[in-house]
Amino acid sequence: MTTLTAVALEDAKVAFRLGDERVYTAVEKANLTVGEGEFVAIVGPTGCGKSTLLNVAAGLLKPAAGSVRIFDQPLAGLNRDAGYLFQADALFPWMTALDNVAIGLEVSGTPRSEALPRAQKWLTSVGLGAFANRYPHMLSGGQRKRVALAQVLIRDPKILLMDEPFGPLDAQTRQVMGNLLLDLWNADRKAVLFVTHDLEEAIALADRVVIMSTGPSSRIIGDWRVSLPRPRDIFEVRLDQEFHALHREIWSVLKDEVMKGYAQSTQAAEAV
Amino acid sequence: MSRLTLLSLQVLVAVVCLALWQLLSTVPVFGKILLPPFFFSNPVDVFAQIVKWFSSGVIWKHLGITLTESILAFVIGSAGGVLIGFWFARQPLVAAVFDPYVKMVNALPRVVLAPIFALWLGLGIWSKVALGVTLVFFIVFFNVYQGVKEVSRTVLDNGRMLGMSERQLMQHVYWPSALSWMFSSLHTSVGFAVVGAVVGEYLGSAAGLGYLIQQAEGIFDVAGVFAGMFVLSAFVILIDFGVTLVERRLLVWRPTVDGRG
Repeated sequence: MTTLTAVALEDAKVAFRLGDERVYTAVEKANLTVGEGEFVAIVGPTGCGKSTLLNVAAGLLKPAAGSVRIFDQPLAGLNRDAGYLFQADALFPWMTALDNVAIGLEVSGTPRSEALPRAQKWLTSVGLGAFANRYPHMLSGGQRKRVALAQVLIRDPKILLMDEPFGPLDAQTRQVMGNLLLDLWNADRKAVLFVTHDLEEAIALADRVVIMSTGPSSRIIGDWRVSLPRPRDIFEVRLDQEFHALHREIWSVLKDEVMKGYAQSTQAAEAV
Repeated sequence: MSRLTLLSLQVLVAVVCLALWQLLSTVPVFGKILLPPFFFSNPVDVFAQIVKWFSSGVIWKHLGITLTESILAFVIGSAGGVLIGFWFARQPLVAAVFDPYVKMVNALPRVVLAPIFALWLGLGIWSKVALGVTLVFFIVFFNVYQGVKEVSRTVLDNGRMLGMSERQLMQHVYWPSALSWMFSSLHTSVGFAVVGAVVGEYLGSAAGLGYLIQQAEGIFDVAGVFAGMFVLSAFVILIDFGVTLVERRLLVWRPTVDGRG
């Protein structure tokens, strides 16, 4: 389909030093590629290191071993080609919605007079045109996510990294946000790396679904292509036969990992 | 409760207190005056004293001096607190080295510094400003230090991913965060600036509200002492009101306590 690789993790290993001499290996030898214009979702049980992997691709974390290549260039420092949508609230609370979106342009030297109208346009395209002067605390969780999406997209990054961006939202809002994301993505098809623990969300959104095993030392244990036709509607696609078949197939693998993770966490609690 | 009811109840408290005071200091109960005028004066005399100060215009000079001292103490103390707080928060080594000394100086009751400041800086306004600065500085310092250290990790990462340089992070993330913490302690620090000024005046000066109270006390003019106290309270309430206005303007982005805008 595509020849250029937007993100390539090669044998990436991520380890953290704990308080004492022990070292905690979060991710072991991960190999993952995201092609240009490809939407890849990473799914795994809680605590499997999916977000860690995303932070490595963003340059926020340095892998202990292995390499990260962005458009075939080794990544040094922060990934300047990427926009990052965080799970937690990451908007600047002291700026209005409009300023929060405009700041993405202003830091790279766009004059304010030019940045503001463009920010207003982006707010309108995420459906918040009338909320420009609200501060983040005056917006609902879903509205804050929309602002965050506009904040990232206004910079037109070549790669989108998303860390369970819709995780804190309620089920209906998640689906609406998913459709909004697909609409915006359809316009210029950036490379997307989307982390989630929700398998349905992953299949509905992505071109490829990657499954990770339970941590510590988690690995990538599966990679499925989703060939559902685009453009998709998240509400509709869930009724598709192919969707169900794929869901059953992936879930049979994921289920074991989820149970393993669950067993581990309960044992750990008993040990304490 | 409606605004009017609340206000009338508030006024009622004052009226009852003043009436009791007036009554007990002038009318004997069982042949004895419970509040001897020599020690307690009475509201009428106190009010007469206040009117005299304002009608003769003496009070303006003293108010002006105290206000000047408070403002200077607040500005210098805040500036110092913001700068040092920022510096310490960004340089953990410096903070660690100075930590015991900061705690030591902060533990010291500031009143004992007043004589030193009077010796060093004379009996003019600067010894009072210095006393106020030692009070304001630490409040602002601790708040800014905390504010910079507790910037949300996610917000910082977001700034970085949006392409902010260290300087831009300073300007758009650390600085607003530190300022918001400073403003949240605005009432306390402004209050302490006034305390520093008045205590300094009380301990040795030639003008100001503290001086006025101390003079009245020196000649056992209890009405004068109470009059000074009332003027001082009114003065502090006015300043506090001003601070509230400033705060509302500057912290619009902050959620209020009940979580509503």
